[in-house]
Amino acid sequence: MRTGDPHIEVRGLTMRYGARVIQRDLEFTVNRGDVFVIMGGSGCGKSTLLKHMIGLLEPATGEVLYDGVSFQRAGAAGRDALRRRWGITYQSGGLFSAMTLAENVALPLQQYTPLDAAAIADVVAYKLALVGLAGFEDYYPSEISGGMQKRAGLARAIALDPEILFFDEPSAGLDPLSSRLLDELILHMRDALGVTVVIVTHELASIFAIGNNSVYLDAESRTMLDHGDPKELRERSRHETVRRFLARAGTEGT
Amino acid sequence: MSAAAAPRAASCTLERRGERVVLVLAGDWLLARGGPSAAGELHDVTASGARELGFDCTALGDWDSLLVTLLHRLDAACEQAGVTLLGDGLPEGAQRLLALAGAVPRRGEAPPAHPVWWRRLLGGQILAGAWRGLLDALGFIGEIVLACGRLLRGRANTRAVDFFWFLQQTGPAAIGIVTLISVLVGMILAYLGSVQLRQFGAQVYVADLVGIGMVREMGALMTGVIMAGRTGAAFAAQLGTMQTREEIDAVRTLGIDPTEFLVLPRLLALVLVMPLLTLYSGVLGMCGGALVALGMDVSWTQYLNETRNAVTLAHIMTGEAKAVAFGVVIAVAGCHAGMRCGRSSEAVGKATTRAVVSAIVWLIVADAAFNILYQRLGI
Ligand SMILES: Nc1ncnc2c1ncn2[C@@H]1O[C@H](COP(=O)(O)OP(=O)(O)O)[C@@H](O)[C@H]1O
Ligand SMILES: [Mg+2]
Repeated sequence: MRTGDPHIEVRGLTMRYGARVIQRDLEFTVNRGDVFVIMGGSGCGKSTLLKHMIGLLEPATGEVLYDGVSFQRAGAAGRDALRRRWGITYQSGGLFSAMTLAENVALPLQQYTPLDAAAIADVVAYKLALVGLAGFEDYYPSEISGGMQKRAGLARAIALDPEILFFDEPSAGLDPLSSRLLDELILHMRDALGVTVVIVTHELASIFAIGNNSVYLDAESRTMLDHGDPKELRERSRHETVRRFLARAGTEGT
Repeated sequence: MSAAAAPRAASCTLERRGERVVLVLAGDWLLARGGPSAAGELHDVTASGARELGFDCTALGDWDSLLVTLLHRLDAACEQAGVTLLGDGLPEGAQRLLALAGAVPRRGEAPPAHPVWWRRLLGGQILAGAWRGLLDALGFIGEIVLACGRLLRGRANTRAVDFFWFLQQTGPAAIGIVTLISVLVGMILAYLGSVQLRQFGAQVYVADLVGIGMVREMGALMTGVIMAGRTGAAFAAQLGTMQTREEIDAVRTLGIDPTEFLVLPRLLALVLVMPLLTLYSGVLGMCGGALVALGMDVSWTQYLNETRNAVTLAHIMTGEAKAVAFGVVIAVAGCHAGMRCGRSSEAVGKATTRAVVSAIVWLIVADAAFNILYQRLGI
């Protein structure tokens, strides 16, 4: 299992809400160590795809494989084992508001490791320091800013040293500086922890800054138009729509 | 992080090698397995008087955050003691993580204080908070009165669609549970009375007891309790969630008065629905009583006649007056808790609890007040 091997494979995935098809026949591979960007216009089904990948929604057809193991065909125990290797940060942080940051980060550690309270407190202090929140252990989520909440959410997501990190719009609602810092943090994490990153975003600055692989979902045709390195897609995509979407980066200037 | 064959226990030992101390790390350092606490080593490093701390990782197996956590602690201790930490003996990934964790300096200022509840009780903060809450509630009622004034002059931002929506939510949707509870309460009253009345052979007066009991007292009270749990809690949760999602801020900044826009439709709907549900509850309670009475050799016509004689318009109106007041109490308690909700999901839970508890408390207080008043007036 080295960098560059297939890590997540999406095979023939069709997603529906009731009778309404959101995207059909998605087919792509995320390699180990990739920063994989799910991109597309608003409402095309990016969040829906992410929820299918993390097993919150069942596919209409198709499956998602992790290291060749199908999540959909795994039993309850198998799914749990797969989930244990993921870290997920939610659009608005997803922190438990009744717990301090330390308690939030400690929760997965208490759940899944044999460590005692003192050892957990040490790990928590280290994880918060990693995301730049050293000294914020005893704050409640409502007492820190939005950008800090996102980073605290990241600290909880990496508590158990996951192999894959999922992000839904990590920079939504952040100022440009915080959002760039978060991008850098994600890259640092990837380099230092060697994780695979799957990220939903439509911020072009982020897409080029951190993505090395991507898929473009189209709302009109309800399927993926192209996939690959976003910088290459900008120049050489077969589809005009994708090139136009990615070329806006130059004009936006963010 | 290579895959080792058999897991070995994590260990760390401190060795002195000339000018520097060296921490020898061995075994697998994994979160899933745990490791030594290393408190002694940590202390020895700072107490040894050495200038430099190095690492020997030749026997180190698999590692993850557990190892870096130790390094992170060592890093902080070394910095305090003025010892230089030489990371070059460490795996490259660990060096990187250690640098990343040290990149943002620790924040100096103390976190906000969160005293436990009994400290706040002793400090009088809870009492003071309750007093402030009461004053705030009075202010809230004042706002409602003013908003009602504006509504009567036709200058309020209260939408009819909202009013009808809440009418539907509070009224028809509650019929099922009101039916069940009322029939049962009617039966309970009948059983309670029949035990006494049968001793005098006066079972037929069960009809009086149930009729008057339901219409004057239990109809309004039971409906009030149901609506406090059902509707008051819903109001608090809706408004509290709107508060956390900044929807109420949006209403305010659009130049719309939130009391007119959010509170009045709920209040008016509940005030209209409560008397109707109370009336319905009274009728069903009498049916429940009749069921019990029929089983005690009282005929259906006897029961009906007796009820018709006993239950006068005055009785009905006393119950209806209570119902209107209870509607106000429940709506005000629910909306007040919701509008003053904090900005987290936990706060929504607290607001909902407060809405139900204060609605029920004030319901009973108001009910007692009504009964004293009726007694004095001789109604
Ligand atoms: N729970 C749901 N039930 C029904 N339709 C939904 C649900 N969630 C999202 N949708 C619809 O699916 C489409 C894709 O949504 P989403 O994945 O959230 O888009 P985005 O790409 O902006 O993240 C949208 O048209 C949305 O209206
Ligand atoms: Mg989305």
